[in-house]
Amino acid sequence: MKYLTMILAMLCVACSPADRSDGYADNAAARSAVHADGKTYAITGGTVYTLGAAGKIEHGTVLVKDGKIAAVGANVDIPADAERIDASGKIVTPGIFDPQSQFGIVEVGAVKETRDASAGDSRFSAAFDVADAINPRSVLIPVNRIAGVTRAMVSPTNGDKHIIAGRGAIIDLGSTEGFIHRDAAAMFAALGETGAEQAGGSRAAAMLALREALQDAKDYADNTSAYASNQRRKYALTRLDLEALGPVLAGEEPLVLHVERASDIEAALRLARDFKLKLVVSGGAEAWMVADELAAAHVPVLLNPLEDLPAHFETLGSTLENAARLQKAGVLIAFATGDTHNARNVTQAAGNAVANGLPWLDALKALMLNPARIYGMDQDVGTLEQGKLADVVVWSGDPLELSTFADQVFIAGRRVPMVSRQTMLRDRYMQAIRDQHAMSPGYIKPMAL
Amino acid sequence: MKSSCMRAAMLAAWLGVSVGVAAQAATPQPTEFPSNAFPSTYQPLPSQTTLIQHATIYTGTGERIDDGSVLLRDGKVAAIGKQVEAPAGAVVIDAEGKFVTPGLIDVHSHLGVYPSPSVEATANGNEMTNPTTPQVMAEHSVWPQDPGFNTARAGGVTTLEILPGSGNLIGGRSVVLKNVPATTVQGMKFPDAPYGLKMACGENPMRVYGSRHQFPSTLMGDVAGYRQAFADAQAYDREWKAWEAKVKAKGAADAGPPPKRDLGKETLAEVLDGRIRVQMHCYRADEMAALLDVAQEFDFKIAAFHHAVEAYKIPHLLAKADTCAAMWADWWGFKMEAWDGIRANIAMVDAGGACAMIHSDDENGIQRLNQEVAKALAAGRRAGLDISKEHAVMWMTLNPAKALGLADRIGSLEPGKDADVVIWSADPFSVYARTEKVFLDGAVVYERDDPQRQSTSDFMLGSFIDPHADAAGEGAR
Repeated sequence: MKYLTMILAMLCVACSPADRSDGYADNAAARSAVHADGKTYAITGGTVYTLGAAGKIEHGTVLVKDGKIAAVGANVDIPADAERIDASGKIVTPGIFDPQSQFGIVEVGAVKETRDASAGDSRFSAAFDVADAINPRSVLIPVNRIAGVTRAMVSPTNGDKHIIAGRGAIIDLGSTEGFIHRDAAAMFAALGETGAEQAGGSRAAAMLALREALQDAKDYADNTSAYASNQRRKYALTRLDLEALGPVLAGEEPLVLHVERASDIEAALRLARDFKLKLVVSGGAEAWMVADELAAAHVPVLLNPLEDLPAHFETLGSTLENAARLQKAGVLIAFATGDTHNARNVTQAAGNAVANGLPWLDALKALMLNPARIYGMDQDVGTLEQGKLADVVVWSGDPLELSTFADQVFIAGRRVPMVSRQTMLRDRYMQAIRDQHAMSPGYIKPMAL
Repeated sequence: MKSSCMRAAMLAAWLGVSVGVAAQAATPQPTEFPSNAFPSTYQPLPSQTTLIQHATIYTGTGERIDDGSVLLRDGKVAAIGKQVEAPAGAVVIDAEGKFVTPGLIDVHSHLGVYPSPSVEATANGNEMTNPTTPQVMAEHSVWPQDPGFNTARAGGVTTLEILPGSGNLIGGRSVVLKNVPATTVQGMKFPDAPYGLKMACGENPMRVYGSRHQFPSTLMGDVAGYRQAFADAQAYDREWKAWEAKVKAKGAADAGPPPKRDLGKETLAEVLDGRIRVQMHCYRADEMAALLDVAQEFDFKIAAFHHAVEAYKIPHLLAKADTCAAMWADWWGFKMEAWDGIRANIAMVDAGGACAMIHSDDENGIQRLNQEVAKALAAGRRAGLDISKEHAVMWMTLNPAKALGLADRIGSLEPGKDADVVIWSADPFSVYARTEKVFLDGAVVYERDDPQRQSTSDFMLGSFIDPHADAAGEGAR
């Protein structure tokens, strides 16, 4: 533990300095990101999909040292003290990056005390920052990290009142300290049916509310001192909300807008053009219908590739080919299934996207690399390349196949224990089934972890 | 207990007398109330004698036939094996490299009662005006134009049970459907399939009614609610029995008027009679154990616990009661009673000797039951259980057929059974496998390469008419 603290202290020097203008310098800083456990690992013999320039490497070695990838290749010098992990016959990839999750802010969906994902009917909207609520000891985290999910955007959800849900934070799933990789990494809001409901009943009202918020934020940013001396008109949002929108208006922080219908996506594109926003579309059931416009505007889409029903009037155009069509048109895509408890099932979703026309390697990138690109984190993660944080997964086979499991998972250089509450429940009751004993397994004290 | 059929005959006799119509009381025509008040009008679609050969066949009985053949004739499986001769004029499908399974069966669906699109007007699955509504029937809420029926069919689902929701302790009757395109629910009803009764444990009923400060607001309230309902049904049944005894002793003319029909108690009386199968939403092991006791107290059987996320804790109790468990592969954590869900659930229930199966409860999951089973199998093997794929296929075929009381008609590829068959492009345990052809009673109801065999709901028409299309061409229609 002492050793770890030392490393963390050292690393803080390397952290990017707080450069935010929103008064939240401490929060906004990229916190420590390396979780080396003091060991050097050489993952050898596997088929390595680097997702980088080196492409695929047969019988490759991935060297993990001090939390980062020290080397990748077919001929890597392995230090004598390295712990070797035989990945022969296995597949080695970067970790999965969930681009929209509620890790640490929702534990039991129906238990309100464990829900912190929404500002609800509080006064705040854009300023709402999930980072202040994230619990890195959530039971959901081990369940998903042992299935290869190593990093996630933790995003707020819309409450009953505001179309702007607030700010998301990127975390790694491998630590209980220093787990926030980047705070205020994106702003989340909704238009379409969700936004309309919150704005009073119409899409047009939702658009006005969003435009007003952005205009007010701009006015506030340009006249902050005048505001402080009561020299400005009344704003629709609180001071903290207006401050939080600053980086969004500056084009530094992405605005992730939930929109499904083609016409809503087009409206969002117009808004982004008007305010020069860094837009990301979330949902996008009908995105394939406006794929060329999205590609031309360089707007990525977070989508659920399993959506194929007209579940809502705004998703009449849902199709299993959405991912493939967007990819073909040149749109950057990532997968958001909307289910954090089973974020692990994103590999199944990706497999289905492949079955419906998405090239396999593009599906892998959509799982592991594209979220990093969308949030501007690809300097740190997303590929197996020298100098990147060591989020590495050794898979028993094709990562998208249903029979495949993650054999070993490394997060920022730390090899994580392949245990979750679910494996513990399983093992406890498997024992009961094997022994056919009638005594409740609850009387068996679990081994300390 | 006397069958409702007999009761109906007596009622018809009495009605004949009392209204004096032709006074033909001596030879009454049984009117068969109540089970057949809405009779099936399902007719199998036209089919051709078809031989599928050179396929890897998962039979649904726990076996696999490599390079096997299956012959479909007159809507039934006529033959299956390594070598089956093609009758003259039969359509022969070379399925080399492909896989064949029985049509998939989902015992827990809300298609039609909670259809797409999900709007207030279409949300017809929960009659949440009273915690006990055995009088309602899911079929009267089923919208046959739900586009989800078509996507489920494309996923290989040929039979499905539509259930009322779980807002009530007793939610009403289910209906079992053949997954064919139809304009009426009667046109989909599985002929002579037993009805199910939807009941629900746990958090849902107590949340719905507790939040209104009504009964039940606790788990103990839940259990008291079921017990009182069945006690009332017993009393109702005694009233009818007494009247029937009078008819027998004195004749229809002098027996006096029959008791007033109570549609809810009538349904519960049929449960007690064994004619309606209880399909019970229940998550926790302790609650399932309590319900098995309730079933014993009133001498009825629970066909299956649905969701059953803690079934892996009590496979021995389920096996002893001959009660199945219908489960998800991995849903968990969305509420307290789902907190202990694990992926090995189905495999562990199976290993513990109970009847285990997949179910969807979901318009998306129903499209990929094979994938859900594949995940459950993989988790079982990871837990150290030795389970073959051919065995696991039963989790989506024969075992759900058993839960529906239809195992003698569907769920496996055996001579004489309904010719519900799926041809898969690859091993259905692979995420990349897709259905190529789906047969229902021998007729092709879905074909991936033939748009003429891909039904589209009325609802889907007209949303994407391209105003720029050539007016003389497609867009003009």
